[in-house]
Amino acid sequence: MVLLTRKIEFAASHLYNNPNFSAEENRRIFGKCNNPHGHGHNYTLEVTVEGEPDPVTGMVLDLKELKDILEREVMRRMDHRHLNYEVAELTGQIPTCENIARVIWNLLEPKITQGHLHRVRLYESPDLFADCYRNGAPAVRKQGVAGKP
Amino acid sequence: MSNELKLELGRRYRFSASHRLHSAHLTEEENCRVFGKCNNPYGHGHNYVLEVSLSGDVDPATGMIANLADLDAFVERRVLDDFDHKSLNEDVPAFRDKVPTTENLCIEIFKRLKSFPKAKLERIRVQETGNNSFEYAGENLEGNR
Repeated sequence: MVLLTRKIEFAASHLYNNPNFSAEENRRIFGKCNNPHGHGHNYTLEVTVEGEPDPVTGMVLDLKELKDILEREVMRRMDHRHLNYEVAELTGQIPTCENIARVIWNLLEPKITQGHLHRVRLYESPDLFADCYRNGAPAVRKQGVAGKP
Repeated sequence: MSNELKLELGRRYRFSASHRLHSAHLTEEENCRVFGKCNNPYGHGHNYVLEVSLSGDVDPATGMIANLADLDAFVERRVLDDFDHKSLNEDVPAFRDKVPTTENLCIEIFKRLKSFPKAKLERIRVQETGNNSFEYAGENLEGNR
């Protein structure tokens, strides 16, 4: 089995606010993410697909096809959008990394017909990210090289 | 095996520390041969990157596995306060009689963080330089993914 990863970037705004909480609770729980006019991030999305390379083409799936799927399902929905107000799939959810990663997984999984979706990793910043995968999925690609210091 | 979607939260922290790789169980020559320039007597330093991965249910009210403010405060208190701008050999009791390789550093950090009360610690990864990184998931084999 081979894992293939494609990375895209999109820019979007959001804010965290739960209408069931008081203003004070929202402020205490979400901190500056609760600022009423929102704020934005450059998100980086890594999509990993697993599969066996086709014996004729040598590909798990055509990268161009994956690029088109990501363009249709993610970029057109989320790039330069306000995640609270313009992305129907996030309605009623706090647009955290965890929830956005799950929404992206659910959008992509049925569209990837060659190989299987293995992992969705969404970075909100280089220091904060969420991973979504199916429980029991085999090993995710490890980053870096373990070796002597 | 469950086929449900699983979410993990990953957070990176940075700290700078010095260390010297030297074992009291080895001779001077052996230390020099095994550890090379990492055995230089006055030590040297790195900008370490610590990656902490947590799993758990996403709370529908907050959209979060764990509140970042809670995690940041916990890591600050349990790890960064003790390690940042310190000598691992001299300032961290665990390394008085253990070589502060990044392997041992991973194990020490995992021990310090595994009691985080709000979510399950899946694994940690420590990057010593841009070319070396190490992961540890304790006894949690599922975390070794």
